[in-house]
Amino acid sequence: MKRLIRIFLTYGIRLAALLLAVSIVSFVLVDASPVDPVTQYINGLGTAVSPEQRAEIEAYWGVDTPSVERYFNWLAGVLKGDLGESSLYRRPVSDIIGERFAGSLALMCLAWALSGIIGFSLGCLMGMYRDSWPDRILKKLCYLLSSLPTFWLGLLFLLVFSVWLGWFPIGFSAPIGVLHEDTTIGERLYHLILPALTLSLISFSQIALHTRQKLSDVLDSEYVLFAKARGEGKWTILRRHGLRNILLPALTLQFASFAELFGGSVIAENVFSYPGLGSAVSAAGLNSDVPLLLGITLFSALFVGVGNMIANLLYGIVDPRIREVGE
Amino acid sequence: MIRINRRKTTVIYAILLATALLLIYAFGLLIPKDALAGSFQEAGLAPSPAHPFGTDALGRDLILRTIKGLSVSLTIGLLASLIAAVIAAVSGIAAASGIKAADACVSWIIDLVMGIPHTILVLLISFALGRGLKGLLIGIAATHWCSLARLIRAEVLQLRAQQYIMVSRRLGKSGAFILTHHLLPHLMPQFFVGLVLMLPHAILHEASISFLGFGLPPEEPAIGIILSESMRYLSAGMWWPAVLPGLTLVLIVLLVDRMGDCLQRILNPVHAQE
Repeated sequence: MKRLIRIFLTYGIRLAALLLAVSIVSFVLVDASPVDPVTQYINGLGTAVSPEQRAEIEAYWGVDTPSVERYFNWLAGVLKGDLGESSLYRRPVSDIIGERFAGSLALMCLAWALSGIIGFSLGCLMGMYRDSWPDRILKKLCYLLSSLPTFWLGLLFLLVFSVWLGWFPIGFSAPIGVLHEDTTIGERLYHLILPALTLSLISFSQIALHTRQKLSDVLDSEYVLFAKARGEGKWTILRRHGLRNILLPALTLQFASFAELFGGSVIAENVFSYPGLGSAVSAAGLNSDVPLLLGITLFSALFVGVGNMIANLLYGIVDPRIREVGE
Repeated sequence: MIRINRRKTTVIYAILLATALLLIYAFGLLIPKDALAGSFQEAGLAPSPAHPFGTDALGRDLILRTIKGLSVSLTIGLLASLIAAVIAAVSGIAAASGIKAADACVSWIIDLVMGIPHTILVLLISFALGRGLKGLLIGIAATHWCSLARLIRAEVLQLRAQQYIMVSRRLGKSGAFILTHHLLPHLMPQFFVGLVLMLPHAILHEASISFLGFGLPPEEPAIGIILSESMRYLSAGMWWPAVLPGLTLVLIVLLVDRMGDCLQRILNPVHAQE
């Protein structure tokens, strides 16, 4: 128990240090931008602004204060949970992130589970029937999938399933003209399928190829040879010797892929105009909405950091071999 | 009869692939600006012998635009990978130099870069540099050097433990001598293979960032921009601006990927027997 607390503490401190560094780097980057956020904010207001009002806004935004001081002001706000106000949506950034993350989370969870389950089971089958023709075709397919651009895949899906076949809607998380509260879970799922499928196909090939490799390593081992000699069947060997050895690495890999998942969701959400964090961040970047951009960057780093932490913990706590070395 | 062994086939294959890429690149450069301008009388034509890829909603011929875009993509991808590979080499060698602080520093920076989703980091860098070519190049370079840096670090650490390097050191050779005479020649193949293997990722990244609107300006013919324009006309049934340029992009990426594999087989002795 003590060990667990210590591990959590170390990872927690490491994550906090990383987040601090991310906040500094992203602030420096945004600060270096030639785009003037005040002008952008005033343009967003949609009304003419007198020079006095402009000076007032500049004073409120702290244009004249040095960057370092502004950074600490912002950081103090962030630590209190105040990420500032988005100049694009005119609402607190934390509200937007909370709301949009719910949409993104549904999308990413579905894609994550899909790619994990399909990738893992396909990887197992490929490993079991190594070097047969289905395995070779699947392997080629996996390599092909990993060199397809995500957004093009999304476009193709949109074209085939939405425009030609008419099975799925073109975009958005709910039918147009229906209030957010009135949409049913079924409708939302229906709008979620295509983006999630696109997103899952990115990380799918990685997990399948990894599982295939691991399983064929296991099947080449001497204990599997001995198991065969004892008369164990193919599937019994997979259940008794294969799965136990390959499940954990696959799960770890899946947790460590949070960064790609998040990056992919930015693209998938933009293709399908799905309202999530990904479409918000590109809108923020294109409209120079600095507070929102910073907020989402920080949040994405937190998301990835948590994923990596889970991956490390899985390795360190669940796997008895590494656990004993650690002690 | 000339006997051709597997190594020779690989070399021929690599040369053929490189020639194909060079041809696309040269052809893209040779296309004059006014050939890309369209006329509204020819807007939205489906693929035909006169326009193999059809024309877009502004009447521009898509096959010329695609080839031009591919040559732009190749240039950006190559430049970005080159920058990334140089960063990787410098930081990898620095990390393995034996100075503890340098090693910790490099691995910490790698953690930091890996800690932010690449797409978001490129968006940020592109925003910081005011969008456009410079932001794109630096953004892609900044996100792609990590794995090669780790590889080079491991390689240098392994090399430094080799006897001939220890002998060289005992003979009183300076660190700079060892670096330029023993380490760098050994790292060259790894460097080039890493560079070429990075190229397809860089090209794909460039296309997706341009697709999001953060890369090249919209009047520039880039694959990402052609595809993002095609989104608007998708529901009207214009499939060719979405399918055909994307397909050529995938083909090019596969070609480059293949070339990287060939190069690895030629240059890297460990992989030579595969």
